[in-house]
Amino acid sequence: MSETLLEVNDLKKHFTLGGGLFGRSGKVLKAVDGLSFTVDRGETLSLVGESGCGKSTVAKALMRLYRPTAGQVVLGGTRIDEMSDGALRPLRRRIQMVFQDPFSSLNPRMRVRAILAEPIRNFGLARNRADLDTRLAALMERVGLPRDALGRYPHEFSGGQRQRIGIARALAAEPDLIICDEAVSALDVSVKAQIVNLLCDLQKDLNLALLFISHDLAIVEHMTHRVAVMYLGKIVEIGPRRDLFLAPKHPYTQALLSAVPVPEPGAARTRIVLKGDVPSPIAPPSGCRFHTRCPHAFDRCRTEIPALDPVGRGHFAACHLNDIPSENGRSHLSSMALMGVQ
Amino acid sequence: MTQAPLLSIENLQVHFRTPEGVNRAVDGVSFSIGAGETLAIVGESGCGKSVTSMSILRLLPEPPAAIAGAIRFQGTNLLDLSDKQMRKIRGNDISVIFQEPMTSLNPVLTVGRQIGETLRLHQGLSRSQAEERAVEMLTLVGIPEPRRRVREYPHQLSGGMRQRVMIAIALACSPNLLIADEPTTALDVTIQAQILDLMRDLKRRVGAAIMLITHDLGVVAEVADRVVVMYAGRKVEEAAVADLFRNPRHPYTKGLMGAVPRLGAAAHGEMTRLAEIPGMVPSLKTRIDGCVFAGRCPQVTELCRTQAPALERKGPAHLAACHYALKDALAA
Amino acid sequence: MSVTIAPQMDVSAPAVAAPLPDVIPPRKARGPVWRFVRRYPTVVVGGVILAVILLAALLAPWLGTVDPTALSPAKRTRFPSEQYWFGTDMLGRDIYSRVIYGARVSLLVGFTVAILASIGGLAIGLVSGMVRWLDGIVMRVVDGMMSIPPILLAIALMALTRGSVQNVIIAITIAEIPRVARLVRGVVLSLREQPYVEAAVTTGTRMPAIIWRHILPNTLAPMTVQATYICASAMITEAILSFIGAGVPPSVPTWGNIMAEGRALWQVKFYIILFPAIALSLTVLAVNLVGDGLRDALDPRMAKEV
Repeated sequence: MSETLLEVNDLKKHFTLGGGLFGRSGKVLKAVDGLSFTVDRGETLSLVGESGCGKSTVAKALMRLYRPTAGQVVLGGTRIDEMSDGALRPLRRRIQMVFQDPFSSLNPRMRVRAILAEPIRNFGLARNRADLDTRLAALMERVGLPRDALGRYPHEFSGGQRQRIGIARALAAEPDLIICDEAVSALDVSVKAQIVNLLCDLQKDLNLALLFISHDLAIVEHMTHRVAVMYLGKIVEIGPRRDLFLAPKHPYTQALLSAVPVPEPGAARTRIVLKGDVPSPIAPPSGCRFHTRCPHAFDRCRTEIPALDPVGRGHFAACHLNDIPSENGRSHLSSMALMGVQ
Repeated sequence: MTQAPLLSIENLQVHFRTPEGVNRAVDGVSFSIGAGETLAIVGESGCGKSVTSMSILRLLPEPPAAIAGAIRFQGTNLLDLSDKQMRKIRGNDISVIFQEPMTSLNPVLTVGRQIGETLRLHQGLSRSQAEERAVEMLTLVGIPEPRRRVREYPHQLSGGMRQRVMIAIALACSPNLLIADEPTTALDVTIQAQILDLMRDLKRRVGAAIMLITHDLGVVAEVADRVVVMYAGRKVEEAAVADLFRNPRHPYTKGLMGAVPRLGAAAHGEMTRLAEIPGMVPSLKTRIDGCVFAGRCPQVTELCRTQAPALERKGPAHLAACHYALKDALAA
Repeated sequence: MSVTIAPQMDVSAPAVAAPLPDVIPPRKARGPVWRFVRRYPTVVVGGVILAVILLAALLAPWLGTVDPTALSPAKRTRFPSEQYWFGTDMLGRDIYSRVIYGARVSLLVGFTVAILASIGGLAIGLVSGMVRWLDGIVMRVVDGMMSIPPILLAIALMALTRGSVQNVIIAITIAEIPRVARLVRGVVLSLREQPYVEAAVTTGTRMPAIIWRHILPNTLAPMTVQATYICASAMITEAILSFIGAGVPPSVPTWGNIMAEGRALWQVKFYIILFPAIALSLTVLAVNLVGDGLRDALDPRMAKEV
């Protein structure tokens, strides 16, 4: 088995909300509330969930754009969550990020050459000027852009090409892990496929680990090894791609999967339409956070927080229904899922 | 069925003057929508689908835009109408739902006022009648506790609720045509599922024709009856929805279908590459003489680069603009 | 459902769509200068007026002027004529010469204040926007200064010192700095949140380099626009200070001073005030036109489709 690259233990990020006459209203927004997962070297872990579930906050906390409120982030055996900014700087090389918006993630007043040279210079990766030029040329080729693009400004490129520049910037640091925060969401269908394929190729060729944050389950299914589903700041289900997509063990995962529109007219399917909206993370529901929208909720869900329990090999789900055995030995929920999502 | 269509667009051209040259955003597009029908216009950003809808509503400032062709709605050419006549049609006979429900609602008016506004304007209802109707509309679009909700402001509602309110406003005057411009793009999947369900349900109950503008083939498959595929300002294919998905004729449509990942890949074991369309959309600021898709097409020939293909009938009620797309054996 | 489909001839030749003519006639190819005029007419108009005034100020001695301070009591308050284009004031000085020489002071004050206030405001705004703990303190001081109208602040500062062009510049600069600082701070705060700045942090860029490479260049466009407004406002403030006798000493011809001297006579000898007033309005208008044009030209979101 491959080695663990990144280990996240009980990560929390709470925001104290401003407001009121003197700044603090005392309200706390628990954007990420006790997240634990690992990413292996060369592996893709996808973090899926709807807006407001805290998935982007996870990315920023891991990149230390936010300081985590609690919990540990261990990168290759070193704890990085407590480090000072200065001590962390050389380690930043190992985790890089590709941002969602291909327009605002590139400085409009810098040429592509300067954008890509910045990480190489910061981390002292180039021996001399000639080496820098070789690296830049190699990066451009790697992401499929012409070499003369180095002399141009970001606004001269289309969205897809800009995202390639963003990927090249992440690659320039020679990272072990790239966090893609909705990196393809803003792109058009045909370009999206190009970028997804590029990311997959890079992962294979460079043995990169990817933390792929997305709300698009169909894309995630195409490119991931493992998936973690988030709801209101917590992981409700995590498991290998095949298990999670074919036999989801949490009602939220089942609903998410069934809600994805299928590009096939008249496809026979039962859709689980969740009622209502995602509750506010400022006042999350008691017990299981999903109980207000869950079609199977019962008394225990309202009071007791379900633990993330194993439901298969490397597959965990946080739902009380998995504790109830049904007659044929499968858990109660699995048999319901089979009825619902086929 | 030979009744006149509700809306028919003939050879629509919408050009913009830009500092870099003329942008031919829409260049010779024709299609029609029958009463009660749902037509989806599919394409990627910059294909001209939103510009088409804006020109139907005459919401494009002229200049910089210049519009040619005809937009016939219930027999009258909308391009000939004065601004005042157009205002009578907008919101009454033709209404719109936009992508972003937050910015399309006025933050300082209650939901009830905003629904009632169009009713009082177009149908001369009194204040109390309008509010009564607003409550009815909220009930129709599935908002719980409509009596309380009519008195609330947009910021008190969630994204999904706001989109429901937008739909309620759009349907308040019982329009004949509803233009829905990416109505679910800004919403989460579970909320999108709710809104799509609502739209399907309303289609049956309200009977308005819907012009659905979207880039999402999944949404198209779920609600549309017929589909127009646009690329670089032109219509490249048109067919009934089932036919289009089963037998896409134009290489662009085929490419688009291949590029969309579908759920269920995990069942087939190993990860596969997505089919991609190489290259990118051509600039519309230089004149394209041949086929607009020639630069990215896998089957391109010299003919495609020099001669633009006409829309040809490739099957029953199936049009495509490609020199090489196969034709069905048209029996009759 | 009614689909209208044209009957299709079955011919072996490819069906070719006839190309459609453009709806807009192509614009005649013109040089880059003309294109700039078409796109940013306000910059051009404002710029031309400003250039004329600037040239007049620089070339004042060769523009048919006489010594602007030369008294000639015999020729007091003459109406504008061929000899005295703008007339003479109550001490017999040539108003035309005084207005032309006065432009020097106005422009000097306007431009110098714009540059100094920009630099000062930029420094304060950058520090305030980037160093969170200083922000609260600095911004309360700035708020305090902004609660006093700049003109009152400038008058109060001038009361502490003697009148000279240099002191006027310093006083107006101090009065204008808070506005720039506020603007820059706001821009910096929004730039900090930009993904490209976050990207710079994650690629290991140090704070000084982030400010220098990513923040500073992107504040320059709004700063330049603000600087033009400051320039215009400084010229007006200078004129007011001189007018009420709190600015440049009366011996120096400035537009404010000329107007101050004509104040008592304005009902009978209106031209004493009229010409410097026109000069001031025209200059301020020109600077504001340039500012408005620059705002459009430098803000990519406002790129107009002409």
